[in-house]
Amino acid sequence: MREVPVSEIKKAVKELIIEANYKIPEDALRAYEEALKKEQSPLGKEVLQQIIENAKIAREQGLPYCQDTGIDVVFIFLGQDVRVTGGSIEEAVNEAVREATKEGYLRASVVWDPVFERKNTGDNTPAIIHYEVVPGDKIKIVVAPKGAGSENTSRLAMLKPADGWEGVKKFVVETVKQAGPNACPPFTVGVGIGGNFEYCAYLAKKALLRPVGQRHENPLIARVEEELLEEVNKVGWGPMGFGGLVTAVDVKVEMYPCHIASLPVAVNIQCHANRHAQREI
Amino acid sequence: MVKRISTPLSDEVVESLRAGDKVLITGYIYTARDAAHKRMVEALRRGEELPFDVKGQIIYYAGPTPPKPGMVIGSVGPTTAIRMDPYVEPLLKLGLKGMIGKGYRSEKVKELLKKYKAVYFAAVGGVATLLQRHVKKVELVAYEDLGTEAIRRLWVEDFPVIVANDAFGGDVFEEGRTRYARI
Repeated sequence: MREVPVSEIKKAVKELIIEANYKIPEDALRAYEEALKKEQSPLGKEVLQQIIENAKIAREQGLPYCQDTGIDVVFIFLGQDVRVTGGSIEEAVNEAVREATKEGYLRASVVWDPVFERKNTGDNTPAIIHYEVVPGDKIKIVVAPKGAGSENTSRLAMLKPADGWEGVKKFVVETVKQAGPNACPPFTVGVGIGGNFEYCAYLAKKALLRPVGQRHENPLIARVEEELLEEVNKVGWGPMGFGGLVTAVDVKVEMYPCHIASLPVAVNIQCHANRHAQREI
Repeated sequence: MVKRISTPLSDEVVESLRAGDKVLITGYIYTARDAAHKRMVEALRRGEELPFDVKGQIIYYAGPTPPKPGMVIGSVGPTTAIRMDPYVEPLLKLGLKGMIGKGYRSEKVKELLKKYKAVYFAAVGGVATLLQRHVKKVELVAYEDLGTEAIRRLWVEDFPVIVANDAFGGDVFEEGRTRYARI
């Protein structure tokens, strides 16, 4: 069994949080450059130019792309042949969040409790951590800081099986329509279909980890992605909602079997600050 | 065409603006978001004064990242405006003339903009490093304990915004979407 000290997880998470906030991934940036070629609305083009310029400044000067540096969502794909030594993974991740927020000059945007006092925790902890146990002796870590502007517009529906594909499509399009200018388009839309209540939400979030522009390996899901992308772009919001052809640069879908009586659908809206960074230990 | 305006705003300037206009703002603007608005409106309810005179001023819905050494402010883009809608009227009553945020406003706020002759500007959400470059000076005004949500006075130069809702009911989002919608 391979041993990995927990300090290595902390180091990786800390560096990935800062990297994700300063450097928008190449695939997302390429998608905005393509969108600029496609977009016809003059205000929409201007917004895309600002987005591309902003990404360059953030990278070159080492500044957060967006002031909402988000709540840190951390995916840990833990190889089942790894033994983590020297402390708790959860504590290591939260220490990484603390240090990255301070040393990376990121915004503390987390409050506890969520309803009454809403006092800022001051260091952006705690992170949202998702664990998956996978075959192998590696640990893959993906960090995806998520702002509230787009997260707040995400939705989940327990549809009836009879609602079928038309029902799913309608729910996705309606969610994008309601999200509109508030959620900072152009979006990447994550969709989870199937599973159950909590699992379809997880799938919608996880779908966003795949690179923008890459189709799903399952041909059925790939077709679903293409059709949804075409449909959501008919809504007409365009970049930042000033009207235009490019409301979303991509739709990513994950599906899972579900109960005979269910058809869960979750839509996770990702704003143009599509921040992801990953590393394998 | 780009219009250049400076703060404080007069009724004449507000009335010269139309939804969709590109505007560059120079002068002082004030940051305030959820928690600061809640406190300001609660202060007014208790009959207390606001921490700054809002007459003719613009509030920028924003909470910046901390500045790196040598910088006046960190990344500072707009936050979603609609969350501040419940707090808008008491401030407009006292003479607030402008707001900068992102996203659409409620019908109620659009009506209030007409009633009080005020304007809502949209900045491009998320382009926070680009907007940071237009901020030349920062002073803390109130509510330091709120951290990023404190009220700060920013001196901005040619701060780029778009008129989203004007004082005549114009709405750039509705007009834009109607033009490009295919469903």
